[in-house]
Amino acid sequence: MSEDTKQAKVVIDAAAEEKEKLDAIKKVIETYRDKPGCLIAVLHLAQEIYGCLPLHVQQAIAQGMGETLSHVSGVVSFYSYFSTLPRAQHAIKICMGTACYVRGGKRIVERLEEELGISVGESTPDGKFSIAITRCLGACGLAPVLMIDEDVHQQVNPDKVEKILSKY
Amino acid sequence: MDKTIRTNGKAKPGFVRLNINGKYIDAREGQTILQAAQDSNIYIPSLCYLEGVHQFGGCRMCMVEVEGQKTLVASCMVKVKDGMTVKTNTAKVRQARKINCELLLSDHPQDCLSCERSGQCELQTLARTLGITSLRFQGEMSPGSRDISPAITRDTSKCIQCRRCVSVCNQVQGIGVLNAQNRGFSTVIGPALGQSISEVDCTNCGQCVAACPVNALSETNGIQKVWDAINDPYIRTVVQVAPAVRVAIGEEFGLPPGEAVTGKLATALKEMMFDDIFDTNFAADLTIMEEGSEFLERAGAALKSGKAVLPLITSCSPGWIKYLEHHYPDKIANLSSCKSPHMMMGAVIKSYYANKLGMDPKKIFVVSVMPCTAKKFEIDRPEMENDGLRNVDAVITTRELARMIREAGIDFENLQPSDFDQPLGISTGAADIFGVTGGVMEAALRTVYELVTGRELPLSELKAVPDSERTLTKRAEVTFENCLPSYAFMEGFTAKVAVTSGFQGAKALLDEIGRGAGDYHFIEVMGCPGGCVTGGGQPRTAVQNAWASRAQGLYNVDQAKKLRKSHTNPAVQKLYSEFLLEPLSQKSHELLHTAYTKRGVYNELLKKGAD
Repeated sequence: MSEDTKQAKVVIDAAAEEKEKLDAIKKVIETYRDKPGCLIAVLHLAQEIYGCLPLHVQQAIAQGMGETLSHVSGVVSFYSYFSTLPRAQHAIKICMGTACYVRGGKRIVERLEEELGISVGESTPDGKFSIAITRCLGACGLAPVLMIDEDVHQQVNPDKVEKILSKY
Repeated sequence: MDKTIRTNGKAKPGFVRLNINGKYIDAREGQTILQAAQDSNIYIPSLCYLEGVHQFGGCRMCMVEVEGQKTLVASCMVKVKDGMTVKTNTAKVRQARKINCELLLSDHPQDCLSCERSGQCELQTLARTLGITSLRFQGEMSPGSRDISPAITRDTSKCIQCRRCVSVCNQVQGIGVLNAQNRGFSTVIGPALGQSISEVDCTNCGQCVAACPVNALSETNGIQKVWDAINDPYIRTVVQVAPAVRVAIGEEFGLPPGEAVTGKLATALKEMMFDDIFDTNFAADLTIMEEGSEFLERAGAALKSGKAVLPLITSCSPGWIKYLEHHYPDKIANLSSCKSPHMMMGAVIKSYYANKLGMDPKKIFVVSVMPCTAKKFEIDRPEMENDGLRNVDAVITTRELARMIREAGIDFENLQPSDFDQPLGISTGAADIFGVTGGVMEAALRTVYELVTGRELPLSELKAVPDSERTLTKRAEVTFENCLPSYAFMEGFTAKVAVTSGFQGAKALLDEIGRGAGDYHFIEVMGCPGGCVTGGGQPRTAVQNAWASRAQGLYNVDQAKKLRKSHTNPAVQKLYSEFLLEPLSQKSHELLHTAYTKRGVYNELLKKGAD
């Protein structure tokens, strides 16, 4: 395959995937549209399917559910669980529970922000990492801890950050 | 004082007896404490409450003590009960209200001196009433942002999140462009995902602006542009006034709603140094000539060949036009192609009147004084121009004109009345009722019926007083019998008409047509509930039933006029004989008619068109 053909195929695949996802969301809407109070359930399922809830997905949901867009967006922006931006490939969660905090959790956040060039709540431009703060992870004995996806990294100090990131 | 009410006896059926501040009062069952107090002239401050529209209990300004309750209660939310004892002005109550107000002020820009709403701001009035003389709380302030559309300006830094606008936009108008976004301290009232009001399906009706207690929502200011034109010696500044303005602007100067101040208004405009003072009413009569003829043309086509787009739908309300373009783009062919009256007036001023003056129309600046915020958007529509000149150069609302009159130092109340200038200041009573729901239809039928049969229209059921009928959809039938020879094709034809106002009523009517249920021939829609008299640009009023008074005011003006049918307007007749030749002529089409744009709910049709 030539380079051009490859690129064209990628575009077609992306378009097909987009259509597939939107069709799946449409099916969800059809299931729930006549049941009152189901907007949040639909938003959960739609985010699962699409990964996030950008404007055009919210528009489709509003139209399908017979709600106004400003109402749908009001619900999406109210709950921190919903996101309008694509989630990063790897979600970094730094524990700021009491034990982790007193053992230097904050300095880890600062180093991570410096390393990745983003702030808490943001994703790197390449979509690889996002940083979030979390409350006690129940691993106080290992403080300070951070989680990347499902892996727990224990007794982290700022100088270990670079090495940890390099594994991903 | 009535003795029976001084003792704690029984109230008559349907009423409950309660005690407020030591006084026994009888209140209707189901009323809130706030309403009962208001009816007995006991003042309880409130901010988020909006009679008949919005009961939210969010601002906590109307807190009162109720005996037996552990905490203070919001009087706008709690219903009266028999035997209830309420205290509205104890130290505890005053203290709580004051703290709540101070907390609101702690996140409000304290720039009252230079704020447009100063003197008419409900928050300012409240702070004064509660005796707030210092600001104790200082902390983080919401950053706020400004969103300026041609019609409406949002300044979220001023917003106190009372959500009156949300209720009006969602429940009253059924549009739902505004809602609370985000959470907690970051909450912003606005369109979805930080969109601008000009990017969404906002109709610019301005009912949110009329409901806003502070300066978070206002009409986009057009005042300076108008002063600049007046002050430019090389520009001839021509002003025109919509019908609904004359029965409402008096309220800004302490007069009761509905009092027609047409003569004072004309004098005020002269004292402000406008060069020509014309009446949009003239163009309303002209609209009837064009729209009435359009109806006859479509009805004739339907009767002769069965091929015509019916019902014909009126096009005077720019809020309504935009609503239809967003939500019923497939019904655009049903809209009358007539421009709205003030746009027709602008086109006539810059052609016919400029010719009469022997003047270059480029040197004419047309200002429209409107009860409407959507008209500000309308003048910017690309199609609203002829020979490269905008039909209308600026729109100011009734409220803005009142501000300009104050700025000019004019003592409005004591002005001597005068007349509009000629020739575009003459109008019939049919034009006055354009400002109230049902009025355009009645005006059109008065002319159409008489043109076709030679007799006066026997119809009165489109009148919309009392208040309970404000947003009612009304239907009527008119049968044309013993027609004049030139309209023989109309013989025996029964025209089914309907009128409605507010977008909820309009939606219901269009859905009825969509289901094939209502076989109407002619429909009138006004975007604001009750018509232009309660337009988004009209004085904000606390008077109950102001709508009915203003509507009645217009009916009175109509009834007092000798000429009450548009086709009898001598100035309109002259315009046709000298210039336009006849309704729907080529010249009429060029100047007085327009086309519309398919938008879609999310403007998706607009984007496609632009690609």
